[in-house]
Amino acid sequence: MKHPTLAPLTAPTGGYSVGRGGPSRLTNAPFAVTRRQFLKTGGALVVGFNFAGSISEALGQPTLSIAKDFKSVDAWLAIGGNGQVTVYSGHVELGTGVETALTQMVADELDVPFASVDIVQGDTLLTPDQGPTWGSLTIQVAGLQLRQAAACARRAMLALATKELGAASGDLEIENGVISGAGKRITYATLTRRRALEVPFDEKVELKKPGAFKIVGKPIRRVDIPGKVTGEFTYMQDFKVRGMLHGRVVRPTAMQARLESVDDAAARKIPGFVKTIVKGNFVGVVAKTEWGAIKAMEALRCKWSDWSGLPAMDQVYATVKKTRIEQSITPMKEGDAAGALKDATTRLRATYEYPVQTHGSIGPSCSIAAVARDRALIWSASQSTHWTQRQIAKMLSMKPEQVRIIYLEGAGCYGRNGHEDATADAVVLSQAIGRPVRVQWMRQDEHGWDPKAPPYVADLEGALDAAGNVVAWNFVTWLPFRIGGTVDVPLLAQDLVQGDVAIQTSDNMNAGTMESDAKPPYTFPNVLSTVHKVASTTFRPSWLRSPGRMQNTYANECFMDELAAAAGADPVAFRLKHLKDDRGAECINACAKAANWQTRPSPSKETGTGDVVTGRGFAYVFYDNARTYVSAVCEVEVNRKSGHVRATRYVIAHDCGLVINPDGVKAQIEGGVVQTLSRTLIEEVKWDASRVTSVDWASYPIITFDAVPKIEITLIDRPDKPAWGAGEPICAVVPSALANAIFDATGSRVRTAPFTPERVKAMLPS
Amino acid sequence: MKNFRLRVNGRDRRVKAEPDTPLLYVLRNDLDLKGARFGCGLGQCGACTVIIDGKATRSCITPLSTVGSKSVTTLEGLGSSRRPHRIQQAFIDAQAAQCGYCINGMIMTAKAFLDESPRPSEDDVRRALAGNLCRCGTHPRIVDAVMRAAREA
Repeated sequence: MKHPTLAPLTAPTGGYSVGRGGPSRLTNAPFAVTRRQFLKTGGALVVGFNFAGSISEALGQPTLSIAKDFKSVDAWLAIGGNGQVTVYSGHVELGTGVETALTQMVADELDVPFASVDIVQGDTLLTPDQGPTWGSLTIQVAGLQLRQAAACARRAMLALATKELGAASGDLEIENGVISGAGKRITYATLTRRRALEVPFDEKVELKKPGAFKIVGKPIRRVDIPGKVTGEFTYMQDFKVRGMLHGRVVRPTAMQARLESVDDAAARKIPGFVKTIVKGNFVGVVAKTEWGAIKAMEALRCKWSDWSGLPAMDQVYATVKKTRIEQSITPMKEGDAAGALKDATTRLRATYEYPVQTHGSIGPSCSIAAVARDRALIWSASQSTHWTQRQIAKMLSMKPEQVRIIYLEGAGCYGRNGHEDATADAVVLSQAIGRPVRVQWMRQDEHGWDPKAPPYVADLEGALDAAGNVVAWNFVTWLPFRIGGTVDVPLLAQDLVQGDVAIQTSDNMNAGTMESDAKPPYTFPNVLSTVHKVASTTFRPSWLRSPGRMQNTYANECFMDELAAAAGADPVAFRLKHLKDDRGAECINACAKAANWQTRPSPSKETGTGDVVTGRGFAYVFYDNARTYVSAVCEVEVNRKSGHVRATRYVIAHDCGLVINPDGVKAQIEGGVVQTLSRTLIEEVKWDASRVTSVDWASYPIITFDAVPKIEITLIDRPDKPAWGAGEPICAVVPSALANAIFDATGSRVRTAPFTPERVKAMLPS
Repeated sequence: MKNFRLRVNGRDRRVKAEPDTPLLYVLRNDLDLKGARFGCGLGQCGACTVIIDGKATRSCITPLSTVGSKSVTTLEGLGSSRRPHRIQQAFIDAQAAQCGYCINGMIMTAKAFLDESPRPSEDDVRRALAGNLCRCGTHPRIVDAVMRAAREA
């Protein structure tokens, strides 16, 4: 990633090289410029930001005005006088490999070498607001926009070249940024040196045809990995600003406890201690050194009021079902499911439960803020810097354009974790102390206070006719209400400063589009799929990789398996019988073939020898009922004596249309299998009446190397189709394939995740 | 604050810090060696691993005062993107990183392990890395990378 603004900001002893190109070109470009002028300074693309570290110096500068729209191509990308292309991406890397994939897309569309494209990511001043980096939509949506911008630029270059070279565009060829024809040639660099690239952004521009791709579709190595394996890469957690102080926060001892008193006598004695900052229920300390800040945090004596309003853990799903319903929707309604259920001879009923989970980033959230009276400059690993910019502006009673947030990659977040909250913490502390402050969350902050994936429960009913066809399907689930598409997860610091924290109400929740995939991908004559949107949930919710789609698919695909077993049918054949989607069927067949699937009903008749039995399970999803097909076969070993489940092999078939980088897609699939297996076998946030008690890796264990299965992947590449997302869709099939394999092995159904040995053992006949 | 002399990546370094400061913060903040990462501060995840006198060590729970004259090696001490160590090169070849935050610990643990056991089986590698957590699910590629490094030794 290109970080044009960083080099002057590192500590005097620093000199961190940044991104693959090392420190970028820097200038002392004037500050009172528009964004457009900013980009053009000096003929080549120049983006500079000179800030020596103190707030007065940083923020005494005139405001940079922000381009209000991205209707001009040069707002999306700029071609420098040296031919180097800079792309401005509102979507950010997050460790998924999209920086490399987006570079491939732009380089190919523009016909320039891969190495001549740099990407500036998630800078609210320089990049477009393309919405949060979520939902596996970067390649599919944000990447398409960048491709369109590149195609517009290429078209403009070609038009300029026809005049310069006196040739018709049909006689010209472009390769590596050089336009040639009729015995003459001219480079993009020369063309852009002669005139500005002010052409309108046209989303109807013609894109390259599949056969013409040179870089797209190739397993190009990731640009960030060499820096990441050598310590040269600068994460958010590594970034330094000259003159910054170190901040730590102290959270309430109970979710909604109120601060009664703070005694910082001991903290004041810690070397490096600067100040204790208390605002409402927000408590933080600032120190000159990081260790000083940690020790001061530990030395603070805070007295909090009692609060014990959390539901008992074993009542959480019942609590969800009893919560007031704000709105009910029916994602699917065909025929008369209730009538068909009543009339049917073979009826099934099942309830599936999936626990509260945390994002579990390996690096706790971190941010640096420099806040002055009328402006703020912030570095954050937020996956949605533009959303966070608006939240922080509101918190500071500023206009969004007075707040600039610059993205720096943190540890993987897998959704909305604590990065945005750490950002708000840094803002509160910096504002109070008048210096740049770095806030690094501790492990207990991340586990205890990041927003959580909400508890999930679904009730399913279904019926079969005498021929083993599904004649009725009724699905009901309860999900957190979301008042509008852009309501953001409330910032902890803002709530704490104002008084109460972590009170979920119908107007402050966003757990992602959890109703997606609430309808089954199959065709049944009578279907009712109901989603009750409930007015609150246990913990402040947010989206965690494949929000709702994974849980809904878990319920749907487990229940489909139950119906197949009741019909005495092979699980794959049963699905195909009810599927009216040729592309989906192709994905299912590819997976069954790769897994050497033996056609037979579940459970297996193999009883095994000794305590360990084996089985196989199948699952399928058409993600969001709209994009990316995934099928999975999971093979398991279940120890009947201990209840221990071991997934030994996952076979995946994956169709996300045009594949930009096959190795990148495979890495996302592997990661999705391992992470979702961890969530399904092991992970559950625990709590008592007052607070989360899963506050570290001992109390919230995740998968380790010994439990990682063999993963085999079949990518179905469709260069003639749009590129869809990868990363989330794979997660949707992992839990159900596992649960169905456990049934195949044991003849018993486990319907509540995580599938711990205790739970599996309790389910098995003794 | 006290003065300390450390031996880091083959060089003598002087720092002024509180004796109980974990080595991690000294490396990151005083010596600008950011390869070792803060993950938990509890010795649970392995992101902060460095090698001290040949042993993979969790720098987040290693007080500065206990390091003495021992030889400390960090990720930067192995190689650079221009001249990567063979283990680092193997991680590049296997494309064994997603967010990459845990990778320091994987490489440093693998280095100490391979120095002791140059011809491991895959299961040996899994056991050696059992105490290092990865959240992105890069495990298959990490094992692949360590096996590559062992083969190329």
